Amino acid sequence: MTFDVQMTVNGVARTVRVPARLLLSDCLRHDLRLTGTHVGCEHGVCGACTVLVDGVAVRSCLMLAVSADGAEITTVEGLAGPDGTLSAVQQAFADCHGLQCGFCTPGFLTTITAALAENPDPTHDEAREIIGGNLCRCTGYQNIVKAVLRAAELGRAGS
Amino acid sequence: MKPSSFGYSRPESVAEAVAILASIGPDGKVLAGGQSLVPLLNMRLATPSHLVDINRLSELAYISIDHDHIAVGALARHADVLRDPVAAAAQPLLAMALRLVAHPVIRNRGTTVGSIVHADPSGEMTAVLALLDGSVLATSTSGQRFVQARDFFLGPLESDIQPGELATEARFPMLAASAGCAFAEVSRRHGDYAVCGVAAVVELGDDGRVRRARAAYLSVAGTPLVLDLTEACAGAADGFAEAGRLAMDQVRPASDIHASASYRRHLVGVLTERACRDALAHAKERAR
Repeated sequence: MTFDVQMTVNGVARTVRVPARLLLSDCLRHDLRLTGTHVGCEHGVCGACTVLVDGVAVRSCLMLAVSADGAEITTVEGLAGPDGTLSAVQQAFADCHGLQCGFCTPGFLTTITAALAENPDPTHDEAREIIGGNLCRCTGYQNIVKAVLRAAELGRAGS
Repeated sequence: MKPSSFGYSRPESVAEAVAILASIGPDGKVLAGGQSLVPLLNMRLATPSHLVDINRLSELAYISIDHDHIAVGALARHADVLRDPVAAAAQPLLAMALRLVAHPVIRNRGTTVGSIVHADPSGEMTAVLALLDGSVLATSTSGQRFVQARDFFLGPLESDIQPGELATEARFPMLAASAGCAFAEVSRRHGDYAVCGVAAVVELGDDGRVRRARAAYLSVAGTPLVLDLTEACAGAADGFAEAGRLAMDQVRPASDIHASASYRRHLVGVLTERACRDALAHAKERAR
């Protein structure tokens, strides 16, 4: 049984035909070739596959592609400006050395982008809470916490 | 780590959803937030033949206050309930517990009713429903029925929802004006499943002394365990050590890779004291 799914992905209308069992993460990576969304644990623990669905951060490995019919999706590829200008969160990661190998980074960037839209001025504790559901195995979390706070600063300066 | 094949329906109304559930029988499964179900599908621990996706049933996305309870519809996400100021004021235990449910991103998608129906004995919201004597509304083609929390949890991951039924609402009684509540848990990392957790409600009499004290426990039994600690708390001016001891005597936790049975029992004692103390302080603060 297959289904036609219409989604707006990073501002572009896309239609894909998928079996019901296809995960949104695999749909993005394999059908739409948006391989910036990384697949780590595939059971919702690591956070690497986090994308924005109608502006809300969700695990794309815990959502069926067919359930995303009609949704507006933002992946890590959609965060930078059309000319490649880094978003505030991306710039903050560069400034604060918030990444090393980069595997977990797409999930952090999307998660933090959504969280700062909701709370543009987080405390240090809130910054830790924001990234509590994302695993990083090499950078360490201190610089990522700094990047959250720096991104908030950049966002406030830019708005 | 990919789900096996299944049929899929996405009804647009509750009536349509229960009609589909009635026609597919015991191998059908409801998909709401999917934050517990999809991992089970990915690991093929669950292989339902048909999924009924209720994410289009916006009629179930409500959080409302009725005269003595908060009604949470089946499509209200944990994050919606946590954010709801009216629900938080009417029953502060909801927000206290929801802050401990997984991580913010999981709470964005996961539903409160879904986690209750999932009936995980490590789930915070199952313990809250049990402690408050809440209920679940089950809807099917033959009508609706309320199931009291004490009859709802049958075993680990087993609730009283029958094939053909859709849990459409959970009801949480409001906190009495003379009562306070608290939630205390220990997990390996914040947001992980609790090694042990305790929710407590302490009610004060007119004389300012503890009139009633109850606590619910997660991760120490196959279903949410509720204990009446009133007697042990009666003379609790000097702390809740007696309540902790009483609770330790009544639990039979199991060992697993996260904690031994004896460590869990130790936590039952410590967390009972902590939760009762905090609930008492909360009650006094509300009485002011």
